[in-house]
Amino acid sequence: MSVLLIAEHNNKEVRPFTLNAITAASQIDQDLHVLVIGKDVDAVSKSISEVPNVKKVIQVDNEIYENFLAENFTPVIIKQSENYSHIVCSANTFGKNLMPRVAALLDTSQVSDIIKVISQDTFLRPIYAGNAFATVKSNDKKKCITIRPTSFDPAPTSGGSAEIIKAESGEATNLSKFIKREEVKSDRPELGTARIVISGGRGMQSGENFKLITAIADKLNAAIGASRAAVDAGYITNDHQVGQTGKVVVPDLYIAVGISGAIQHLAGMKESKIIVAINKDGEAPIFSVADYGLEADLFEALPQFLEELNKLNTIQK
Amino acid sequence: MKILVAVKRVIDYNVQVRVKEDGTGVVTENVKMSTNPPDDNAVEEAVKIKEAGKAKEIVAVTIGEDKAQETVRKALAVGADRGIHIKVDGITEPLAVSKILQKIVDKEKPDLIFMGKQAIDDDCNQTGQMLAALLNWPQATFASKIEVKDKSLEVTREVDEGLETIEVNIPAIVTCDLRLNEPRYASLPNIMKAKKKPLEQINAADLGVDTKPRIDQIKVEEPPKRKAGIKVSSVAELVQKLKNEAKVI
Repeated sequence: MSVLLIAEHNNKEVRPFTLNAITAASQIDQDLHVLVIGKDVDAVSKSISEVPNVKKVIQVDNEIYENFLAENFTPVIIKQSENYSHIVCSANTFGKNLMPRVAALLDTSQVSDIIKVISQDTFLRPIYAGNAFATVKSNDKKKCITIRPTSFDPAPTSGGSAEIIKAESGEATNLSKFIKREEVKSDRPELGTARIVISGGRGMQSGENFKLITAIADKLNAAIGASRAAVDAGYITNDHQVGQTGKVVVPDLYIAVGISGAIQHLAGMKESKIIVAINKDGEAPIFSVADYGLEADLFEALPQFLEELNKLNTIQK
Repeated sequence: MKILVAVKRVIDYNVQVRVKEDGTGVVTENVKMSTNPPDDNAVEEAVKIKEAGKAKEIVAVTIGEDKAQETVRKALAVGADRGIHIKVDGITEPLAVSKILQKIVDKEKPDLIFMGKQAIDDDCNQTGQMLAALLNWPQATFASKIEVKDKSLEVTREVDEGLETIEVNIPAIVTCDLRLNEPRYASLPNIMKAKKKPLEQINAADLGVDTKPRIDQIKVEEPPKRKAGIKVSSVAELVQKLKNEAKVI
C-alpha cells in the first residue's frame, strides 16, 4: 500500500492546504509520495521534500501544466497512479475539479471531502451540509479520496529529505484553454487558515458598511468572511463566502455579524472553536451555535467592539 | 445546438435534515423534496441560451425513483423541450450516474451538458467531472458566467483564489454555481403546458450499466452537538469573556 498525493501549488510555492492533506494522507499509509505537476516547479518539489512525512517526490514539469487544467493533469496522474493504492488530494476547488476526472478513468467511486481517517478503507465525511456524518467504506481496489484540509493539522515543513525524481509529462489535450485568473490580493491572513474570522451578512446592508468589519479585522489580524446573502447582494466578492458552497473555515474565533445562520452558512463555520454572534434578531438560528451571543444593533455594537478592543493592553496575534 | 441538462431530486434546502435513529441514513419520509438548487441554475442557463437563439433544443434528464420525474417536469415548465427519466431505486453513486448519463449522451448527442456543481444531499461534487472524463470532453466546473462562442464556450469559474476564466471546446460539460443566474419561476400556464411535453422513461437496468454501489455506508450519525452558549448583555462583557474566559483575543 502506498499513497500518492497530488500537490496543490502556484508553480512557486506549495499551497498551505497541501500540508494538511499530507497529514491526512500519512494517516492512511506511511508510504506517502507526492506528485508535483506544474511549470518550473523545482522550488515546490524541494519544499515538499523537506516535509518529514513525505517519502518521495515525483516532479512532472512542463509548460502545459502551468494553469492546472484538469484535462492536461489527468492523463499524467493516471500514468503515475499504477503503483498506488490511494490517490488523494485536498478538497478545495483545485482537488474538487481534478479528482473525479481521475477517479472516473480509474473506474473508482470517489470518497469526497473526508474529515477523518478511520482505516485504510474507511473514512468519515459530512453529508447534507454537515448536518450528518457518514462513515463510509470504499470497496474499490484503487481509492480516490479528497481531504477536507481544515479537519487535519498542517504537517511540519522541515526536517525531511525525501528523494525527488523527475517523471515524463503527458500530451496536451487541447480540449480547454486557460484565459485569465483574477486573484484578490490582500495583506490579511487567508480566510481558510486564519486564526480569527469576522464575517458579515445581509444585515450589513451595504458594501460600504463592511468598513466596520474591516476595522475590527485590522485590529484582530483577522480574515474577512461573508454569508452567501452578502455576496449575492454585491456587498463583497465571492472569495469571502463561507458556507456549504463556499469555503469551510475552522478558526479559533469566528464572529458572525448580521448573519441569520442559514443551514448553508452554518455548514461552513460551525466547527470553529469559539463562535460569537451579533444580531438584532434574538431568534436568529445563528445563536443556537454561538458560544457568546449578543442581541444588538450591529451599527452600534461594532464601533463599541472596536473601542473595547482599543482599551485592551494586549491582543493575541 | 442541443443542450442536455441533468437535474436531481433532493431534500429541499430549507429543510432541517434529521438523522434516522437506526443510523442507516436521514429521514426522507414526509419531507419536502425539490430540485437540487444549482441544477435550477443549469436549467435557467440553458433556457437563456435557447432564448438568445443559440440553441435549438433542451433535454432535461433525471435519474432516480418515480418521483424524480417532478424535477424534470419543473425543468419542462421553465423552458426545457422534453424530458428523460431513468428509473433506478436506492443510492446511485456519482460514478454510476455518470455512466448512465454517458449512455444517454451516446443516444442524444448533445453539444453541451449542464448540471449543478454539487448535489446538496451527498455533497459529492463529482458527476460532471466524471462524465467529462468518460466522454473525453473538456469540463468547466463551478461556472458563474458562460459566454457561447462559435465553437467554444468562455466560462468564468469560481475558485478559491477568486475567479478564473477558461475556454472549452464544444462539446463540453459545465457545472453551474449558484451565482450563474437567477432561476425563473414557472408560471401556472407553463406548468400546465409542461404536463403535455414528452417525458420518456427508461429503466437503468436496460442500459447495461452496473449501478451497484462501490461504497458501503456503514453508519450515518448526527454531528457532535455544540454545548449551549450564553447571551451576553453588552459589548464590554463580550470582549471581557473573549479575553479572559475563551482566551482567544
